[in-house]
Amino acid sequence: MPQRNAELNTASMADISFLLLTFFLLTSSINTDLGITRKLPPPPDPTVKPPDVKERNILKVLVNKSDLLLVQGRPIDIVQLKEVAKEFLSNPANRQDLPEMEEKTIENLGTVKISKGIISLKNDRGTSYNMYIQVQNELTSAVNELRDELSRQRYGVKFADLTNADFIDAISKAVPVAISEAEPENIGGK
Amino acid sequence: MARFKKKGSRTVPGINTGSMSDIIFMFLFFFMVITTIREVTLQVKLTPPTATEIQKLEKKSLVSYIYIGQPRKAALGNESRIQLNNAFASVADIQAFVQAERASRDESDKNFITTALKVDMETKMGVVSDVKQELRKVGAFKINYSTRKAVKKES
Repeated sequence: MPQRNAELNTASMADISFLLLTFFLLTSSINTDLGITRKLPPPPDPTVKPPDVKERNILKVLVNKSDLLLVQGRPIDIVQLKEVAKEFLSNPANRQDLPEMEEKTIENLGTVKISKGIISLKNDRGTSYNMYIQVQNELTSAVNELRDELSRQRYGVKFADLTNADFIDAISKAVPVAISEAEPENIGGK
Repeated sequence: MARFKKKGSRTVPGINTGSMSDIIFMFLFFFMVITTIREVTLQVKLTPPTATEIQKLEKKSLVSYIYIGQPRKAALGNESRIQLNNAFASVADIQAFVQAERASRDESDKNFITTALKVDMETKMGVVSDVKQELRKVGAFKINYSTRKAVKKES
């Protein structure tokens, strides 16, 4: 007996897929892997003396346990930090109390002035992580802006929009991320 | 005008649900693509700080996570604790954790493991510094401070 063209009942299909959907919604999380990337220094070698750095080449940034900033002995607000760091790292007016600029030849870039400045960041054990990230963010932002400026001047595009790996490398060398973190100290307690 | 007179039956025809499953399946695939399956159950409260200068972590398989924050269960107090995999751990466990993470990766990838620190914004830096010191000792130098994206202010 020839069978009639029986239709498949798909009414429950929607329910099944709803179940699957809710399952995935609950067990998964939207990709949130964003952050500030840093490289930690190797542990200090007790036999090697730390290199001497001239006073003018260091920008001391201290954060205390009340999340207050002290830069070069002066208390400042977090919003000023980026400008201070930028001026320190670029030394546009060639001031004697700001870091020395060294002329170097970099491949694909020619001769550029590279700052010898190092930002020394020191925080207390009682500093909040939020404040620490804000400081890191401002300092990174200063470096990124300097990179952008150089990149625009030489290649005409922002650093983030550069596609040539050699150019990215050259700019990264010309404006290094010179942030050094001091060995932590317990001043203010927990 | 008799043409517009309603016919005898007044029953509303049922809505055709045949395409409903297709639509839901589309949703399902969409969510499956944009999300990642949670690997661990968070035992700590985690609200990462916001930042503007952020980078994306590239190779997901080469990232190991360390969570730091206050325990979710109020009974465990409100001091910040470290969570590795699914359990609370102490600073001393970090070296073993990094070694285990290295052992589970391919030989060629071992040097490219990034440690992502997922830290709650209210945490004090003391714990974070301890963790960083341990990471330095064990040679895991590449780290990433997980943050949320903040709206960039125009300067």
